[in-house]
Amino acid sequence: MADATPILECRNLCISYFTRAGEIPAVVDFDLIVMPGEAVGIVGESGCGKSTVALAIMQYLGGNGRIVSGEIRFMGQDLTTMSQEELRQLRGSKIAMVYQEPMASLNPSMTIARQLMEVPLYHEAGCSEADARQRALEMLADVRLPDPARIMDAYPHQISGGQQQRVVIAMALLSNPSLLLLDEPTTALDVTVEAGIVQLVREISERYGTSMIYISHNLGLILETCDRITVMYSGEAVEEGSVEQVFDRMRHPYTKGLFNSIPLPGADKHARPLMPIPGQLPLPHERPPGCNFGPRCDHFRAGVCDAGPIAMATVPAHQRHYTRCARFSEIDWQARPEVVEAAASANLGEVVLRVENMKKYYELRDPSLMALISGRSVRTVKANEKLDFEAREAETVAIVGESGCGKSTFAKVMMGLETATEGKLILDGKDLAQTPVERRRPQVVGHLQMVFQNPFDTLNPSHTVGGQIARVIRKFGVESDQAKVEARVMELLDIVKLPRDFYKRRPRQLSGGQKQRVGIARAFAGNPRVVVADEPVSALDVSVQAAVSQLLMDIQRENRTTLIFISHDLSLVRYLADRVVVMYLGTIVEQGTTDEVFAPPYHPYTEALLSAVPIADTSIRKKIIVLHGDIPSAVDPPSGCPFQTRCPRKLGAICDTEEPPIREFSAGHRIACHIEPALLAEMEPVITMPPEQAAE
Amino acid sequence: MATIAAPTSPAPSLLDRLRRPRVLLGLVALLWLPLVAYVMFGVGRMVLIPAIPATLLLYALAVISWRESAVAVIGVTLVMFWLFIAVVVPFLPLLDPNQPVQPFVTPLTEARDMFFWLGTDFRGRDMLSRTLWGCQRVLVWGVTATAVAYVIGTALGLVAGYLAGWWDEVISFIGNVILSFPVMVLFIVILTYFGPSGFNIIVAVTFASAPAIMRIVRGLTLDIKTRDYVFAAQTRGERPLWIMVVELLPNARGPIIVDACLRLGYTTVAITTLTFLGLGLQPPDPDWGLMIKEAAAAAMLFKFSYMLLVPALSVSSLILGFNLMADGLREMSLRD
Repeated sequence: MADATPILECRNLCISYFTRAGEIPAVVDFDLIVMPGEAVGIVGESGCGKSTVALAIMQYLGGNGRIVSGEIRFMGQDLTTMSQEELRQLRGSKIAMVYQEPMASLNPSMTIARQLMEVPLYHEAGCSEADARQRALEMLADVRLPDPARIMDAYPHQISGGQQQRVVIAMALLSNPSLLLLDEPTTALDVTVEAGIVQLVREISERYGTSMIYISHNLGLILETCDRITVMYSGEAVEEGSVEQVFDRMRHPYTKGLFNSIPLPGADKHARPLMPIPGQLPLPHERPPGCNFGPRCDHFRAGVCDAGPIAMATVPAHQRHYTRCARFSEIDWQARPEVVEAAASANLGEVVLRVENMKKYYELRDPSLMALISGRSVRTVKANEKLDFEAREAETVAIVGESGCGKSTFAKVMMGLETATEGKLILDGKDLAQTPVERRRPQVVGHLQMVFQNPFDTLNPSHTVGGQIARVIRKFGVESDQAKVEARVMELLDIVKLPRDFYKRRPRQLSGGQKQRVGIARAFAGNPRVVVADEPVSALDVSVQAAVSQLLMDIQRENRTTLIFISHDLSLVRYLADRVVVMYLGTIVEQGTTDEVFAPPYHPYTEALLSAVPIADTSIRKKIIVLHGDIPSAVDPPSGCPFQTRCPRKLGAICDTEEPPIREFSAGHRIACHIEPALLAEMEPVITMPPEQAAE
Repeated sequence: MATIAAPTSPAPSLLDRLRRPRVLLGLVALLWLPLVAYVMFGVGRMVLIPAIPATLLLYALAVISWRESAVAVIGVTLVMFWLFIAVVVPFLPLLDPNQPVQPFVTPLTEARDMFFWLGTDFRGRDMLSRTLWGCQRVLVWGVTATAVAYVIGTALGLVAGYLAGWWDEVISFIGNVILSFPVMVLFIVILTYFGPSGFNIIVAVTFASAPAIMRIVRGLTLDIKTRDYVFAAQTRGERPLWIMVVELLPNARGPIIVDACLRLGYTTVAITTLTFLGLGLQPPDPDWGLMIKEAAAAAMLFKFSYMLLVPALSVSSLILGFNLMADGLREMSLRD
């Protein structure tokens, strides 16, 4: 392998964007070698330059981007000196790329068949229409699409997101490329769909021997798909090596920081909290001298780390393992992170929120003539079906589920934007299910607040940060005097660890993490009893995620607030939540304490969900369960058990016809499934930790 | 726990203070209210004195703020030139625009011991004086009519977009009916029925433009109302009016401002056209549309084409100014 010529070789690659503000170096001194059949992962936070590298390899940098120095060699030829015509021959045939948004990569006005057939028709002389069609059909079957013949004649909008991404991968593979670039191919997809794509990617590299570059921000995904990994930070590769080397014997403080800030099984919010990386990513034109990570690094030493550019160094005794750290040989890599004073686990209080048999149905009116004639102009969408759970004071209850599971509808009913069709929603002894927000008293409204998902949408860009928090304080009647309101806003800014002069700032001057902190301050301004956090950190970078979720936990513990944490990220849920409610298509399929839900007996859906979540730990063994098909639409839910269409443990006719019974396994641990309790109890755990770690 | 470095914000400079919305609105009021009082209500010319520095300051601020876009600076220069003329024309040593002096004097000639820069029209009235006085009426009635159309159109658009349901059905239906008539036909119908006057021009412009404005604002509202901050306002029990005015309107302002500049151009064209057809402001007061109309008859003779060219170029330069301003603003909004 060592003497073989690499498929792709980047040497001393420097890429800059030229803007009105001057030259902005996006990627500096980047090296990358991809051997035949190798899968290389590039991992890093947003703005680290990983997508720029991919675009440079495709020679698609756009009008203002340019390769300043260095070379990119593809099978021995330098791509940077090729003519446009030569590049056109190469792209899509020898090098293929899969982008993040499948809908944006497919032409909405052409059938799938046409788009797939273009590849062989364009790149291979003498390929007939019939041949092209035959090959497209075979390739669709190869990417495990059900009913390829039907999909061939469909338009992109007629198939689901997961299917679209499979079509894009099929298109990339049709020309039998030597190198496949995947830029965050699963970020826009649900976890169980993602698991299917990941398995497909693995199969491809085994079967076709295609070299791959897999770009992702998710370390767990890289572990599952790649052989080698390059960690990027602020435009530089900071560490490069095999997956085992980087995951288990890392030699750069940033890599170590990344692993400390992601919730792995074994992390505990009380005993072993996450350790966020302090500080922020430097802007591309404000990078510090020497090591870019210096200002955020615990091992920073003036004179060594800020003396000048630091070159990639080979780690002795490790094969092909490089790091860009000046002090890597001096740092004790085995050192355990300082044990932070363990916070006492909060003792749970009275029941604050109780949801009893709550249902929310929407009526969909179909105004078409056909519907009127057939007499079916009104259809019912069961967005929430018989929700039943409770939350105690100071408790964190996680609601887990994929898109379309009804969690947003539930949040809307809680907030009073919709009223429930049936059932009760009891907050502090009062039923709010039928009271819309306009008819709730200001104190009650203030007691139920929300933290939103998208940091770029959560604040009104036209008003100052302080003004938006102050409005909430006045609205809920906490304070009304101008000076006191201002003092309270300052206090809240202190609580969310933002400087006080943010009062006068506008949201566009803040980073994503800072905006999310303001969102948290706003939710806690009215001294809430219950805060609903709808995926509060899923749009943030890994290192910021840890800090923000830590903050949320701290404030919650301080105020003894009940937190309803809506998320699809099971690793985070396992770390944060006291109790977990798993939802699928509007119904609760399983609920219990975190330990109960994450250990057998499982509901088959919980089992699949646990298996789908990628975990960035090489020592963990997972059972692989891949669900087939897509989440059914709530407009037309399956009969009987909602999960029956995708269930790998389906019993038979009973699942099609009868709603599953809810069985109680231990106090509060309930599973809705037809399978005999004894059989469920015999399930083996999905995630197994090695003995020495489990013993801790 | 992560600490966030607090970037120190420098004390606001004089320029930043002048750019605050409250100061800008004050300057616009200082410029516009006297002009309206003078043109519409015939208050004495002394009322215009505070408008002179306000115009110059606004122009300077616009040039400093928009210096990145050459197009916007050219546009604002053209518009501000005519606005400045409108404010200072009563103080200029000009001949009476309605007083016949000497017919058919070509530009740059001397007659009766007077120098005629732009000559006189066929009734013997000074063209320079008439052109400069003429911009007042076009500007004041055009801008006021557009502003009224905007207030009504925006309010309807916010209601239709945010409240949706029946509100949207009714407002959009009426809007679509009005939009299905050609604009000119609408203007002519309204002005012949109610009679030509400044007030009726405002009514006609509002009636014809508000539905289009409503559609733009409705579209923007439909997009903005799905944002989380609107959801946050709803979950804290804000009233619909508050949400529309505080949460939605400020975030729709960018496209609204660009469209307003373009629409000012259309309205100016419309008012000039109406006067040309004899349906706008009535003679003998100077007005560009009227001047073009009067010249059109005389311009048959090549010799007198200046009579047509001077008001025509004036009106085009003003409309070009509005359009370039809109282009420049859009260009700048796309850049960052």
